[in-house]
Amino acid sequence: MSQMDTLLDKGKQALGWVDERFPLTSLYKAHLSEYYAPKNFNFWYFFGSLALLVLVNQIVTGIFLVMHYKPDAALNAAGVPVAFASVEYIMRDVPGGWIIRYLHSTGASAFFIVVYLHMFRGLLYGSYRKPRELVWLFGIAIFLCLMGEAFFGYLLPWGQMSGWGAQVIVNLFAAIPVIGPDLSIFIRGDFVVSDATLNRFFAFHVIAIPLVLLGLVTAHLIALHEVGSNNPDGVEIKKKKDTNGIPLDGIPFHPYYTVKDGFVAVVFLMVFSVVVFFAPEGGGYFLEYNNFVPYDALQTPPHIAPVWYFTPFYSILRATTSNFMWVLGALALIVGGLTVVSTKSKNVKALAVGVTAILLAGFALLDAKVWGVVLMGGSVMLFGLLPWLDQSPVKSVRYKGVLYASVLSVFVVAFVLLGILGTKAPGYAFFGLIPGEPVAAVCSVLYLAFFAFMPWYSRMDATKPEPERVTWK
Amino acid sequence: MSNDKLEVSGGASFSCNCADSSRRQLMAATAAVGGAVGVGVAAPFVASFLPSERAKAAGAPVEVDLSGLQPGEMKTVEWRGKPVWIVRRTPEMLESLKKSEAMLADPGSSRAEQPDYVKGAGRAIKDEYLVCVGLCTHLGCSPSAKFKPGAESGIGDDWPGGFLCPCHGSRFDLAGRVFKSMPAPDNLPIPPHTYVSDTRLIIGEDTKGA
Ligand code: HEM
Ligand code: FES
Repeated sequence: MSQMDTLLDKGKQALGWVDERFPLTSLYKAHLSEYYAPKNFNFWYFFGSLALLVLVNQIVTGIFLVMHYKPDAALNAAGVPVAFASVEYIMRDVPGGWIIRYLHSTGASAFFIVVYLHMFRGLLYGSYRKPRELVWLFGIAIFLCLMGEAFFGYLLPWGQMSGWGAQVIVNLFAAIPVIGPDLSIFIRGDFVVSDATLNRFFAFHVIAIPLVLLGLVTAHLIALHEVGSNNPDGVEIKKKKDTNGIPLDGIPFHPYYTVKDGFVAVVFLMVFSVVVFFAPEGGGYFLEYNNFVPYDALQTPPHIAPVWYFTPFYSILRATTSNFMWVLGALALIVGGLTVVSTKSKNVKALAVGVTAILLAGFALLDAKVWGVVLMGGSVMLFGLLPWLDQSPVKSVRYKGVLYASVLSVFVVAFVLLGILGTKAPGYAFFGLIPGEPVAAVCSVLYLAFFAFMPWYSRMDATKPEPERVTWK
Repeated sequence: MSNDKLEVSGGASFSCNCADSSRRQLMAATAAVGGAVGVGVAAPFVASFLPSERAKAAGAPVEVDLSGLQPGEMKTVEWRGKPVWIVRRTPEMLESLKKSEAMLADPGSSRAEQPDYVKGAGRAIKDEYLVCVGLCTHLGCSPSAKFKPGAESGIGDDWPGGFLCPCHGSRFDLAGRVFKSMPAPDNLPIPPHTYVSDTRLIIGEDTKGA
C-alpha cells in the first residue's frame, strides 16, 4: 500500500466512525451531492444562496461590532450619548472597525435588495404554489423577522434618525384602539424612547431575532428540500424520473450549483465591495445623514424618513387618510360583491358578506390612523395569501397570459413609486409638478388590487400550455 | 446494547390507544398543571417589559427662568424626557389666534389634554406665555416653529404663524391647536404648570404657588 492509499483509508475509517454516530454522509448526500435541482435555473435563482451569504456576513460582522458597541443612552463626560460615542469609536479608533461597520450597515441594505429580488422570483414563476406553500410561508416569516431585525438595529447608533424613527414607529402601535397607548409604553419600557428602549432593542437585535431567523431559514430550506425547487418553467421535475428514480431534468446540487453559486457569490462580493469602499452611505439611503447627529429628544430633524427598504409600506401608511377610507370601502364592496357572485357555496357567500360588513363598519368607526397601521402590516402579510389567491392553471409567467404579465408589471411600478415617495417629505411633487400624495394613494390601491383581484384575473388570463419537461437552451 | 428500539411510525403514534385511560388522564392533568406553571413562569418576563420603578419615579418638576425670554421667542426645556415649549407671545401673535380659529379642528380644545386652569383660545394661565408639550399628537415628532405668518413661511399665504410637524406635515397654531384634516387628531397637550413668581415657572406641578 502506498502512503497515499493508507491516508485515504484512514480518512474513510474516520468518516465511518462519524457516520456510525452522526448521519454526516447521508446528510451530505440528501442535501448536496444527491439533491437534484432543476437544470434550467436562471439569474433569478441566485438570490437564495446570496441571501445565505449576506446572512452570514451580518452575523459575523455583528459579533465583532458587539465587542466594541455599548447600548447606553447616558451621556459621557463629553456630553455625547455613550451608544453614539461607541459607534464613533468603532469608526475612528478600533483598528478595522470602520470596515466591519460598513460591511454590516451596507449588508443590511444588500439583504433587502437580495430578498426583494428573491421574492420577486416567486411572483414570476409561481414558486409559492402547491406544493411550496410552506416554503413560501417560512419565507414570509423570515421577511417579517428581517424587518424587525432592521428596525431594532437602526436604533442602536442612537442618532437623530434612530431615535425619531423609533419614536414614530412605536407610536404607530398607540393608534390601536383601547390597548394602544399602554402597548406603546410596554414596547418602549418607558414613556419616551429612552435607555430602557435602547437596551431591549439591543437584546432583540443581537440575540432574539437572529435565533428565530436562523431557525426559520433552516425550516425554509428543509421544506424546500422536501418538495424540491420550482424552476422558470414552473413544471415539476419530479414527474419525469429515470429508472433510478432520479428526475430527468435534475442535476445534483453539488458540484453543479455549488460551483455556479460560488461564482455568483464572487461577482456579488465584487459589487458589494465597491459599495462598501466607495459609497458606504449609499447616498444617504443606506445610512441617513441625520443619523450622524446624536439623538436629541427635544428636536426632530427637519426631514425624517425610514430607510429605503421600509418606504413602500410607509407610503401606504401615509396614504391612508380619512378621504382614502372611501376608496378602501369601495374596494371592500367590490371584492365582497365579486366573491358573492362568483361562488356557489352558501358558506363562502355568507362569509364574504360578513367580512365586508365588518370591514365597512370598521372603516366608518375607527380612525384612518388605525387603518394606516393595519394596512402597513397587512400589505406585507398579503404576500402570505398568494398560494391561495392564485388560481391560474399554470405557475410560471412564461405560460401565463399577457394579463398577468401586465398586472405584475403594474404592481412592480406601483411598489417602486411607493418606495420613492416614502423617502420624500410630505408635500413632495415629482419634477415639482405631479403631487406625490395622489400618486401614493393610487399606487396603494394598485398594490392592494394586485392581491385582492388575483382570484379573478388569474382565472381569466389566457394561459399557454405548459411543456412536458423544462425548456433548456 | 439492546436492539429493542421502539418502532414508532409517524402519524400512527398520535392515534395509538396503547396507554390505559387512567394513565391518559394523569398525563392530561400533568400537562394542564405544567401549562399553568408555564404561564406563571412567563409572567415575570412579560412584566419586565413594563416601565421600571425608576422610570416611573423620574419626571420631577422642572423650574424655568423666564427673565431672559424676549417677546416672540421660544424656549425648550426637558420634562419627563419630553420637550416642553415656552413661547412668549407678542400681541400680534395673540391676535393671530383669532385668525386661525376657522381653520382649526378643535378650536375650543374640548378634546385636548390640558389642565382645567388653562382656558380660552390662548390655552394659557397668562396669555403672554404658551406652555405646551412639543410632541405632535400624530406619531410624536417634535414640530418646528414657523412663527413668521404669510407666504414668507413657505407654508401658504394664509398661514397665521404656528408650528409645522416635519414628519407628516401636521400644522398647529400659536396656541398648539391643530388645523383641520391633518394627520394629527388633537391639539398639543398642555402640561400641569404653575408660576412661583412673575418670571419663574414650574412645569409638572399644578399647586398654584400657595
Ligand atoms: C434570510 C432570508 C432567506 C434565505 C437565506 C433564503 C434562502 C433560500 C435558498 C437558499 C433557496 C434555494 C435557492 C433559490 O431558489 O434561490 C430558497 C428558495 C425559496 N425561497 Fe428563500 N430565502 C430567504 C428568504 C425568503 C423570503 C423572504 C421568501 C418569500 C417570502 C422566500 C421564498 C422562497 C421560495 C418560494 C423558494 C423556492 C423557489 C423555487 O423553488 O422557485 N425566501 N430560499
Ligand atoms: S408625527 Fe407629526 S405629523 Fe406625524
